[in-house]
Amino acid sequence: MANNTTHTTEYKVLARVLLVLMFLTFLTISVTSYKLAAFSVTIALLIAGIKGFMVLTYFMHLKYESLLLRILVAMIFVLYAVIVLITFIDYAYR
Amino acid sequence: MSKEVEKTEYVSYLDHQGKYKGIFAWIFTLDHKRIGLLYMYAIIALFFVGATLGLLMRIELVAPGETIMKAQTYNGLFTVHGIIMIFMVVIPGLSVIFGNFFLPILIGAKDVAFPKLNRMSWWIYIVGCIMAVASQFLKNGPPDTGWTFYAPYSTSTGTNVIMATSAAFVLGFSSILTGLNFIVTIHQMRAPGMKFFHMPLFAWSIYATAWTQLLATPIIGITLLMLIAERLFGIGFFNPALGGDPLLFQHLFWIYSHPAVYIMILPALGVISEIIPTFCQKKIYGYKAIALSSLAIAGVGFLVWGHHMFTSGMSDQARWFFSLLTFLVAVPSAIKVFNWLSTMYKGSIDLKPPFLYALAFIFLFTIGGTTGLLLGSVATNVQVHDTAFVVAHFHYIIFGGMGFAFFGAIHYWLPKMYGRMYNMKRATIAWGINFVGFNLLYFPQFILGIQGMPRRYYDYLPQFQAGQVISTIGGFILVSGMIFMVYNLVQGARHGSIAPANPWQGTTLEWQIPSPPSVENFDEEPVVKENPYDYK
Repeated sequence: MANNTTHTTEYKVLARVLLVLMFLTFLTISVTSYKLAAFSVTIALLIAGIKGFMVLTYFMHLKYESLLLRILVAMIFVLYAVIVLITFIDYAYR
Repeated sequence: MSKEVEKTEYVSYLDHQGKYKGIFAWIFTLDHKRIGLLYMYAIIALFFVGATLGLLMRIELVAPGETIMKAQTYNGLFTVHGIIMIFMVVIPGLSVIFGNFFLPILIGAKDVAFPKLNRMSWWIYIVGCIMAVASQFLKNGPPDTGWTFYAPYSTSTGTNVIMATSAAFVLGFSSILTGLNFIVTIHQMRAPGMKFFHMPLFAWSIYATAWTQLLATPIIGITLLMLIAERLFGIGFFNPALGGDPLLFQHLFWIYSHPAVYIMILPALGVISEIIPTFCQKKIYGYKAIALSSLAIAGVGFLVWGHHMFTSGMSDQARWFFSLLTFLVAVPSAIKVFNWLSTMYKGSIDLKPPFLYALAFIFLFTIGGTTGLLLGSVATNVQVHDTAFVVAHFHYIIFGGMGFAFFGAIHYWLPKMYGRMYNMKRATIAWGINFVGFNLLYFPQFILGIQGMPRRYYDYLPQFQAGQVISTIGGFILVSGMIFMVYNLVQGARHGSIAPANPWQGTTLEWQIPSPPSVENFDEEPVVKENPYDYK
């Protein structure tokens, strides 16, 4: 089984991921200074989604897991995206 | 079969002497079966507290005006009734009791994947229950918001809203950890040879439920924290006076609380899928369709929350969209019902109490489901929104569905859990009383609702009294039936005749081991390579 195997990710890779995460955090704060109306939420969620994906993939070793598990995690992302989208059908037209 | 069992030397989980003695042998147990029983005792006790509160409300409503309590007491009662019944009884309900006890056995495992986490889930559940009950007695009085804690009223009322929402938050942790445990158990601990489509349908329903618990519960956790933050620091998430949006609360609340309905009902659907083939002695019709419909209900159930908000001022576009999605969720539910009926067709039907409860479930769940279509349609919803019609619909689904499935499950599995049989005649009489009492209690509320009787109202116009009186009489009949049923089950569990290993001639794995099971469930690891309902 995949969880019985030890995987070592190089520090170099982890450091790069950390830098990207920090940059994305900086980006999240920066975009709040622009008046983007409803898109400000979209952009914030998009950046947060990318960050979550990177943490799951590299720090939580999802990239070494089985295809089934990766599909399940991907479906969770899709589900939350759909929930947010449907909620905004109300906010966009109210 | 019973002689074979007697020959086998084993120590049942009830007689097993571990590291701890007495009550500590239960509180510190890691055995999934004992943890299941601990949940059961707590939930049944809380159920009767909630039922007593419900009966007090029914007595109050027997005549217009003040009967036995003040209006504010009534507000507190319906809130407490809702909080206890929803968060402490029906959400954990079947999943934690029968899921804990039977899921590992049904998939051929010795225990759940994380036994210590399982025990911690129970401890957290008890802490949450203590907090919720405490919220009723602390200085500021019980919360008066209804179990839905709608903002902005919940941000400003002086009652114990923070304690009650904190309790729901803590209970949510228990639910998440249980869901996580069950998902890992099913993925990692199935018996050799058992593929997903070899699993019994109750295991499938627990799997779908566990995903919903895991994904939906954090949303209510965050929402309740936001509410607490708003009350403590005046942040203004939901209160329009502070720039907040009360509909945001409703969206977030129902994004969890509608899937929570499926957390309540999916294991019930699984129980019925176990009972019907056993008491028809026939392979279940449409196994894969029933299994996948559980996942479909869980998936689509995430997207229909807006039908609770049709009169809230939500946009028209959102209203028709949610209406459409709500109608879609009826499809997988109907798939199950049609497959159950097809299973019964030409089966060797045995009208034992578990099967009678399964039949009652189908009848009541179908009434609840079809009246749900009226609520899913915007046009009819606005006519009956927030009336007694909704109360009737909800209770037909949750009590008529989950409640009667629970009664069916306990009658089905009690011989396995305690190794003793109950009195069949008494159980059948209790079933009859429960069925009549339930319909007398809740059916008049459909009519009252259509006539315009609002829900949660302490007082009403004289024209509604006849329906209210019938409903109250039904309430007393139902409670009498339930007391009689519990008496019979307790008598059976303590003094009943010794149960054989397989009293119903079932084919799933729990019926292939002694009653009650040993601590490790199986002497040898079972190998499963075929459909679980193989009646030849």
